[in-house]
Amino acid sequence: MATTRILEWVGRFYVVLLLGFLYLPIIIMAAMSFNASPFYQLPFEWTTDWYASLWQNDQLIAATWNSIEIAIITTLISTVLGSMASLALYRYEFRGKKVLQALLFPPIAIPWLITGTAMLIFFFGVGIGRGLVAILLGHVALALPYVIVVVSARLQTFAPELEEAARSLGANQWQVTMRVTLPWIMPGVIAGGLFAFAVSFDQFVVSYFLSTPGQTTLPVEIYAAIRKGFTPEINAVSTIIIVVSMALMLLTARFFKFGGEK
Amino acid sequence: MADQLAIGSRRGLKPALPLLLPAYLWLTVAIFLPLSAMVFFSFMTDLPLAGKEWTFTLGNYAAFFSQSLYSTLLLSSLRLGLEVTLWCVVIGYPAAYVLAKVLKGRSREAIFLLVILPFWSNGLVRIFSWAMVLREGGILDTALNAVLPFKINIDLMYSYPAVIIGLVHSYVPYMVLTCYLTLQAIDDSLIEAGRSLGASRRQVLWRVIIPLSMPGLIAGAALIFVPVVGSFMEPRILGGRTGTFYGTVIEDQFVAVFNWPLGAALSFILLAVVLIILALAAPVLRRAG
Repeated sequence: MATTRILEWVGRFYVVLLLGFLYLPIIIMAAMSFNASPFYQLPFEWTTDWYASLWQNDQLIAATWNSIEIAIITTLISTVLGSMASLALYRYEFRGKKVLQALLFPPIAIPWLITGTAMLIFFFGVGIGRGLVAILLGHVALALPYVIVVVSARLQTFAPELEEAARSLGANQWQVTMRVTLPWIMPGVIAGGLFAFAVSFDQFVVSYFLSTPGQTTLPVEIYAAIRKGFTPEINAVSTIIIVVSMALMLLTARFFKFGGEK
Repeated sequence: MADQLAIGSRRGLKPALPLLLPAYLWLTVAIFLPLSAMVFFSFMTDLPLAGKEWTFTLGNYAAFFSQSLYSTLLLSSLRLGLEVTLWCVVIGYPAAYVLAKVLKGRSREAIFLLVILPFWSNGLVRIFSWAMVLREGGILDTALNAVLPFKINIDLMYSYPAVIIGLVHSYVPYMVLTCYLTLQAIDDSLIEAGRSLGASRRQVLWRVIIPLSMPGLIAGAALIFVPVVGSFMEPRILGGRTGTFYGTVIEDQFVAVFNWPLGAALSFILLAVVLIILALAAPVLRRAG
């Protein structure tokens, strides 16, 4: 089947083209962050000045620390609360369980523009206002459904007989959970945690509506900088962000298969 | 244990409650109450803050229906969503097919990961990277003029095509992912059976492969269409003055004009549109599981 072979090679070539489309702008941005010309002029002249000048930019550094802190706290809270909820949804049968599971989808499916503006209105109304606390409240809520979905997927592979066996051997509920169930679902919990970190660290829209000058995150700071004008400094910090978030996802992929390989 | 119905799973909400409550309380405070508050505020004349006077009104919704600006913008956002979704199908579906049916083993795994990896990196930064490529004197301009013998001016920046390119780049991995999942579930023997019964390649594609992968196509379309209709950052950065859409108008109400009740009403109308679309797609999404 010569035609089949030709078509297969056309297909492979096409996928390479798609990868080019996906990665080219990112690679160009990264390359320009090492280019000496502030107006992105060619020929290319190597420099790391833009990365050095990032260190002088106190505003960006403060926003970076905020982003990291919020992402870590979001990860801790949403992983613990999310794993607890997944366990309950796995272990117990009760009326309204389907409703609770369905309620996980609004935070994922509703555009962040709507969720973000709704949070802004509500937090203002109840006196929380804007700022880092509001951003944290929002990020945990956005990350929770991801954690619950990922941990629940891992729990599907857990044999309930193991819990039964431990219980019949005299372990109490706490021991069963800590010694039997948790070790088994740990890859799921770690993957969920990495997801949560990525959701928070890359979150822009919700943070944008909830931030105030001085209490802001890195993506919000970058957006403000882009709207003021292009500088290679933004390229440098953007390159760092993209490397960090891609590395995080590669790490997550080690713990959690997206593809459902046969 | 007394319950023999299912090993390990037990009945009753009471023992589950302590495990469930923290997560769902958090979701209530940060998602469900805010969404309800937004509906409430959309019927007010002003924010009930700092002793400001307010009354109930339908004026914010009347503004949407009486000024053609808002409905025009909503329509152009819906059109944008439709166009981006179509491009994602055209670009993403063949790639999903190659991944599912042509590539095997490790190379499939590696390329699959490469396709969905950018999707999980910062969307804002990726849109910004397109701004560098598309602007006049940018990379595309320079590269084409270096290769081509004649002089052309590529200045796609701040145009409708730029917004489309940026959004398709952002969302095409979704389409590849959902279509790949349904395509790889199609048994190869079905395709072979069709071929051996005398169907042409094209007939197999339209009568077997596309109908069987429809759930993935629709799931992908819903997952792309909904956020694109509500997009504001991408049109702002890549569209400039031509990048005024429904999402950017909502953004303005909250960060520039400070007419929050109108913003809430506009958001709620968008939410209603989104929910209708999701409800239409839901039966298919559920089957795609």
